[in-house]
Amino acid sequence: MNKILLVIQREYLTRVRKKSFLIMTILGPLLLGGIFISTLLLDKVDTEVKTLVIVDETKGFEGKFKSNDRLVFIYSPLGMDSARALCKQNKYFGILHIPGKSSSPEVLEKAITLYSESQPGLDMISKIKFTIEKEINTQKYIQAGIDEEKLSAIKTDVSIRTRDLENKETSTPLTTGLGFGGGILIYLFIFIYGTMVMRGVLEEKTSRIVEVIISSVKPFQLMMGKIIGVALVGLTQFLLWVVLTAVIYSGVSAYMLKGKTDKEKVEVLMKSRGIDKEVLENNIDMDAVTDQSDKLGEIMGSINFPLLIGMFIFYFLGGYLLYSALFAAVGAAVDSETDTQQFMLPVTIPLIIAYIAAINVIANPQGNVAFWFSVIPFTSPIVMMVRIPFGVPWTHLAISVVSLIAGFLFTTWIAAKIYRTGILMYGKKISYKELWKWLRYS
Amino acid sequence: MGILDIQSVTKNYASHCALDNISISIPEQSVYGLLGPNGAGKTSLIRIITQITAPDNGQILYKGKPLERDHAMKMGYLPEERGLYKKMEVGEQAIYLARLKGMSKHDAVKTLKYWFEKYEIQGWWKKKIEELSKGMAQKVQFIITVMHEPELLILDEPFTGFDPINAELIKNELISLRSKGTTIVLSTHRMESVEELCSHIALINNSHVILEGSVKDVRKQFRSNMYEIRYHGNRISFTNALWAGFELIDLKEDADHNTARVQMLNNHSPNDLLSVLLPHVNILGLNEVVPSINDIFIKVINDSQANKEQQ
Repeated sequence: MNKILLVIQREYLTRVRKKSFLIMTILGPLLLGGIFISTLLLDKVDTEVKTLVIVDETKGFEGKFKSNDRLVFIYSPLGMDSARALCKQNKYFGILHIPGKSSSPEVLEKAITLYSESQPGLDMISKIKFTIEKEINTQKYIQAGIDEEKLSAIKTDVSIRTRDLENKETSTPLTTGLGFGGGILIYLFIFIYGTMVMRGVLEEKTSRIVEVIISSVKPFQLMMGKIIGVALVGLTQFLLWVVLTAVIYSGVSAYMLKGKTDKEKVEVLMKSRGIDKEVLENNIDMDAVTDQSDKLGEIMGSINFPLLIGMFIFYFLGGYLLYSALFAAVGAAVDSETDTQQFMLPVTIPLIIAYIAAINVIANPQGNVAFWFSVIPFTSPIVMMVRIPFGVPWTHLAISVVSLIAGFLFTTWIAAKIYRTGILMYGKKISYKELWKWLRYS
Repeated sequence: MGILDIQSVTKNYASHCALDNISISIPEQSVYGLLGPNGAGKTSLIRIITQITAPDNGQILYKGKPLERDHAMKMGYLPEERGLYKKMEVGEQAIYLARLKGMSKHDAVKTLKYWFEKYEIQGWWKKKIEELSKGMAQKVQFIITVMHEPELLILDEPFTGFDPINAELIKNELISLRSKGTTIVLSTHRMESVEELCSHIALINNSHVILEGSVKDVRKQFRSNMYEIRYHGNRISFTNALWAGFELIDLKEDADHNTARVQMLNNHSPNDLLSVLLPHVNILGLNEVVPSINDIFIKVINDSQANKEQQ
């Protein structure tokens, strides 16, 4: 037992002290934080003001386009030709032409054109489109004899509230996010640290040190020591990421949101996700936003966090143990990294299937597909993680947990047999037939 | 009873039999040479002794008790294919491997310092193996093999792969370990080192032991009763002097003396030979032609091959 601890210690320390570990630890949250910061910063940096000349032949849009600090609208009462000259002279961005020949909104809808030197951005188009649509809509209503008063009376805004049977507020987007996020993390963890185990085994094999070590410890101890050591490396890195990301995120948001009202805060956050202020104002009822944030507490309460976190750790480790044993066997079976490809495939395919299944399970977290993939040990760590926030029957959870434990005991047993023989086998191209023979050695 | 008693050990691999019912006894404080051509089964036997693999049949006794994991702590093993962690520092690596052999951290550091001072390589402690030359790495690996002071040192082909300077250094180190009472088992096909080092040998061929015993006994067994005589004098009178009890094998004439090899027949002794020759020629020297281990090796292997073909 003492020796396996020595092996774990070595595997852990040599990796944690590597420069690449430090770089990855800092880079991981920086990348995540960087995306968040850059969207906020880009918004600040991008201060170019674009001017658009509007030639409105219908005269119905006068004063409807509102300028802001990025986009200025100028109304030109003259025709297109003089607008073109004006545009060239002042280096304006372009001309929005609203033809006036037909007063019918149906024709007008298709006849509006934006002329510009360079291609306009999606932002600009959606803003213009939004303004025009709103205006034409109003006109259509008036034509149909509906005045604005009636219109606001007709306006429907359906929102379905989801509540669990104990009448607590729930949120499908939140549960989906939590589940899928957890599943993806497990998927990445298995991939990154599984291949790390494989490389470690291969390193010992190709450097030939393995023979010296297994004259002191059992091959199984060496394999398990490596698997556990690397798992601890992964957990350390994961923990550091969580802490660092939290620090960076809270630091940045505190700086960005300093001295702003709740409403402005929401705007900044929305902007960072690419949603424009005006669209926002027209679509989202700000009172509802604040109302929502009050409800957030209740929604959070509807999710069983101790279960979620406990199960996350279980599937995180269980999935890793199951796959890393197989990765270790692959490393032991081959002579060089390039040879790993043929054996990697059967190990990675179930992982990829699990990923695809997880996407489907989001749509129907209680279906048959969801059930089977969440109890089969090769896919359960990812798929069950996606299901848990939606609520899973205890029986399903129990079957899944037991089968995952059985699963990793099984793969470890198989891997140990391949490992034991493989690490001493050199210069031989290994086939699946050969692997099968190794399995049957007593 | 030796330090290691190998009793009817058999090991089969998928395609062939590596060891077929092998029994040898390795006496304590001996230097035991495992000899044999490539593929004879030497490495298979060594891997069973070091418990890297298990025999299919038979058992091994370590000082009279069945071999178990803990015995590995008393062994030092240098495999034929040598290598260490390339990206790990020399000192750290040596201490790790010594601790796997049951040394305490404190003792490992102390012993390693002693060896580094002895070989004057203190500057290597913080270096990574990949920064060392091959010869330097081999030196480090040898230190790692012996630093936990094993009772039983097992070396697979210790002289191949080492450069001549390191090979010499290791040979001297083995001689000093032998004098301190360490039992050494080594496999080799370099016969000159066998003559210098080994007290006992076992010759393995085609997964069988075909010859075993102390070097002295083996030599005695293969004694040819042939003598080499250097003399001044007439060639004809020399040949005439040899009567029925001796057979002249060959005779070489050099500028200032002749050398003849004579086979004794009918239990004649060197004294008989001398008394016959003295009246006729000037004897310069006489010595027994002793078969070298190399000669024996080749003879035995050829014989066993011939036997096989006859069958």
